[in-house]
This record gives sequence, C-alpha cells and structure tokens, in this order.
Amino acid sequence: MGLIFSPGFFHSSPVLVAIVVGAVVAVVSAVVGVFTVTRGLSFAGHSLADLGAAGGSGAFLLGVNQLWGFVAIAAAAAGAIELIGIGSTRGRDLATGIVLGAGLGVAALFLYLDTTFSNTTGASITILFGSIFTLQSSLVPVMVLLGALSVAIVLTLYRPLLFSALSPDMATARGVPVRAVGVAYLAALALAVSLSAMTVGAVLSTALLIGPAACALRLTRRPGVALLLAAAVGMLSVWLSVLLAYDSYYWPPGHRGWPVSFFVVLLIFLSYLLTQLRPRGWAAWQLARGGSNPPRLTDR
Amino acid sequence: MTVSSGGDEEILRLEGVSAWLGGRQVLDQVSFALQGGEVTGLIGSNGAGKTTIFRVILGLQPTTSGRVWLEGRPGPGRRPIIGYVPQNVPIDPDLPLRARDVIGLGLDGHRLGFPLPSALRRRAVDEMLRAVDAERFAEARVGRLSGGEQRRVLIAHALISRPRLLLLDEPLINLDIRSEHEVVELLARIAREQQIGILISAHDMNPLIPVMDRIVYIAAGRAASGTTDEVVRTEVLSKLYGRQVDVIRVRDRVLVIAGSDEELTDDHEHAHAVADSGLV
Repeated sequence: MGLIFSPGFFHSSPVLVAIVVGAVVAVVSAVVGVFTVTRGLSFAGHSLADLGAAGGSGAFLLGVNQLWGFVAIAAAAAGAIELIGIGSTRGRDLATGIVLGAGLGVAALFLYLDTTFSNTTGASITILFGSIFTLQSSLVPVMVLLGALSVAIVLTLYRPLLFSALSPDMATARGVPVRAVGVAYLAALALAVSLSAMTVGAVLSTALLIGPAACALRLTRRPGVALLLAAAVGMLSVWLSVLLAYDSYYWPPGHRGWPVSFFVVLLIFLSYLLTQLRPRGWAAWQLARGGSNPPRLTDR
Repeated sequence: MTVSSGGDEEILRLEGVSAWLGGRQVLDQVSFALQGGEVTGLIGSNGAGKTTIFRVILGLQPTTSGRVWLEGRPGPGRRPIIGYVPQNVPIDPDLPLRARDVIGLGLDGHRLGFPLPSALRRRAVDEMLRAVDAERFAEARVGRLSGGEQRRVLIAHALISRPRLLLLDEPLINLDIRSEHEVVELLARIAREQQIGILISAHDMNPLIPVMDRIVYIAAGRAASGTTDEVVRTEVLSKLYGRQVDVIRVRDRVLVIAGSDEELTDDHEHAHAVADSGLV
C-alpha cells in the first residue's frame, strides 16, 4: 500500500482538493466533449482552451483569480465564433482560426507583461500548463457549480443536440431551434474548457475534452453509454495522474514533483491508443452479444 | 396497421406559390394538390426548384405570393403532420447513433432531456423498423450502413411521428438499381397502408413511373401537374419550358429532350441534366 500511496497522500489538503476538482473537471469535460466530437467542434473546443491563456494571463495582470479570466475569454470567444462563422463548417473553422490567432497574440502580450512587470515568474507555467495542486480550496464550490451548470445544459439539450448532429435540416423540420441549441452548447463548452484550463492548463485542456470522448466513441455506438464511458476514462485518468504526480516527488531528479498535466495527457493518450488497438476479441464479443448483426455492420 | 378513413382526402394544396431566392425567382405560380394514399413525383432537373417547394411546404422558405393548405387548413409548416427527409444527409461513420436511435429521434428528438426507457417507445421504434424492413441492422451504427439502408432508416425516422404528409427530397439519388427499386416499392406500400400523401422529388422520373399516382413536373420554376400520361407529353412540357421539347417513349421508359437553349437554361449543367433524364 505504502508503495502506491506515498506517505501522507490522503492527508494532504492540496491532494484532496485536486481529487475533488479533478473528478468534477474530468466528468464535465468528458460529457461536453462527447458532443464536441460528434458535432465536429474539436477545433473550436481546442481554440477556446488555447484562448483561455489570454484570459488567464489578463486576470493575473488585474489581480483577479484566473478562473474568471478563463470563463470571460472563453465566453467571449464562443460568441465571436458563433457570430462570424454562420452556416458552413468551413466558415466556422475559418472564424475559429481567426479568433484563435487574435487571442493568442493578446495572450503573448499579457504573459510578457505578467512576467516582466508583476514579477510572477510562475504565471506562464500555471496558465499554460495548469495548477491543480495550487488551487485555492475556496474556489472548489464555484468550480463545482460552474461544472454542474455546464453538464446541466448538455443533458437538458441531449436529444436536440444529437438530432442536430445527425442532420440540422431534419432537426429544423421537426421544430428544433438548431441555432439556439448551438449557442447554448457553445456556452457549455466555454465553461467546461475554462474549468479544465484551471486544472491542466490552457494548452492541455483539449486532451481532457477530446481524449475521453474519442475513446468512448471507439468503444460504443450508444450515445448514453458514450457519456458514461467518457466520464469514467476522464475521471480515472485524472485521479491516477494526481497519484502519480504525488509519488513523483521521490522520482528523479528528486524532490520536485512532476507536473500533473503531463500524466493526464499521457494517460489519456495511452487510453486512446488502447481503444485504437481494440482487440478482435472485443468485436467478436459484441457480435456474439448483439447476435443478429451481420459482421459487415459491426464496428471495426 | 391502422388505416384512417377517407382515402381520397386532400392532404396538401399549393395555390399560385411564388418564391425568390438570392434575387432570382425560383418558383413562379406553382399550383398542385396531393391526396392521402397517393404517391406524387416532383420531377425536374437540378436547380428547377424542387427543394424550394419542400422548404415552402415546411415553412422554411418565405413566399412572395400564393397559399399553402395542409389538410384543408392554411399552412405552411404545421410540422407534426409533415415527415421530411432532406436530400443527401451525410452521416459521420463514427456518430454514436444506432439505426434504432435515429428512428427514436423522429418521435421525440425535439424534446428536452433524456429519452426515458419506455415499452411504448420501444414498441413504436420496433414497428417502424419492421415497416421499412430494417430489423436486421437495427443495432448497427447508422453512419456505417449502406446508402439504401440509411435511406430506409431515415424514412422510418420521418414516419414514426405518424405524419399525414411525407416529403422525400431525391430519395433515390446515389442508390444502386436494386436499392432504388426496394425504396420505391417500400414507399408505395407505405402510402397505401397508412393512407398518407407522399411527395418524392427526383430528376429522373423513370424509377417512379410504376408507382406514381400523379406527377408534378417542374421546369424553370413553373409546374404542370396531373397523371403521368396527362403531363409528360410534348405539348404540355413544351409549354412549360417555353420552347420545343420532345418526349420520347422507349418501351416503358420516358425520355425528355429539352435541348440546350442557352437563353432558358441557367447553366450548361441544367440543360445537360434535362437532356439526360430518362436515359439512365
């Protein structure tokens, strides 16, 4: 036991905060992420996360908590993407790219100002690569609340979101306000991305958003099951990462723990590789279980 | 299968409908009517205005004149009575929806929240899977089905809400001959059994000839309607196109040759498509 859980693991308050917040963020990102992937919004999701850097560094300059910087910038960027990129997928990608470029320019300036004038040398690292062990415990309730809001939006719009992912035209004909559903979804996405930017950093939060969802979509063809699987993959990855990061204090080069974000990204990447290699046995098992499916139609 | 009374009931009527799209008139005084239990073909080349007619009926395209009646009441867009399958629905192979889920979305996809598991819902979906002969691939990812299989699932999706009118935009496009034949037979059976009106658009009328009760032929935004024998004649179509058009019957196939008059056609493709229709 002592080999796996280093002394003091469960008595450290940063660890407990990391475990709680990490789980919340992983679940929110995974649930929102399933729809990011099915709606073909991966690029927009990644950009919102990257843009968080501008918000986080701006908040640092103003002396406000970065969370609010992340939320403000992600919401503004989501709005800008929606306003510019109407209609086609290409239009949306173009709008996303343009907003992303502008935002990163601002982030570069803010990070420069942060490090030059406010003497907070750790700012860049914290904003870009996360700070799960240095989260203030007073932030936990707010983060849980924002996470709950994000998940609530997605679960409320569950059917319209799936319907418009299938075909916006058919959904419109059936009376789904496709545009409004899309805007509400972007809001949920902005919240999810802000939360994960707080924990694994603006640059790496894409991993939490897209990775678990991508794994889940390899493993199941049922939308409800995909949500549960993605949440499980995300949560387990984050928990295991917190544990590994804590243990890494005793690893070389010694007495400086490795960053949690590194483990999160690594574990999610490995999970995805595993689902890619999904053994023939799994397909055979599904076939045996599904019975009537002809082999041609089963998932690869 | 319940059969509602009054098979000859009028489901849809368009009266003098005109519409503009991007500064161009796409529909010019289009009028036709459609009865329950009947299959009507909406025939015309690409760009003739078929999709716009569907959008007018659905209330998604504003009209500049004319009226739409649905079941004798002013329309358009009383959505619960209309089932719609758009042209060319590209479905991602990885979309986490089984054929069964897609059909279920036709029942309650516009509602908020999770679909609660219910025996009633499951029965309704199973019945539709049977109706379009899709039980075999009910559990498969819809994006991985063949074109013909997807078409059947989408038709079931449109049918499950028990519409009185089914609108299908080019349902035969990109299908091999056998799937094409299966889909046509299926639609004719559904119209008869459920006494609903079905409007099918196509650029080639030939696959539909065996089942079409009525034809609405559309060219340059104007329409002529009636039985196939009434409409698909040299005089009628020449008048519709506003120039000489030849209708040739080869065995039980019909070939319409509209020539390539640059003045009347918007582009070469248009003229080409018209000349081609029926040659397949």
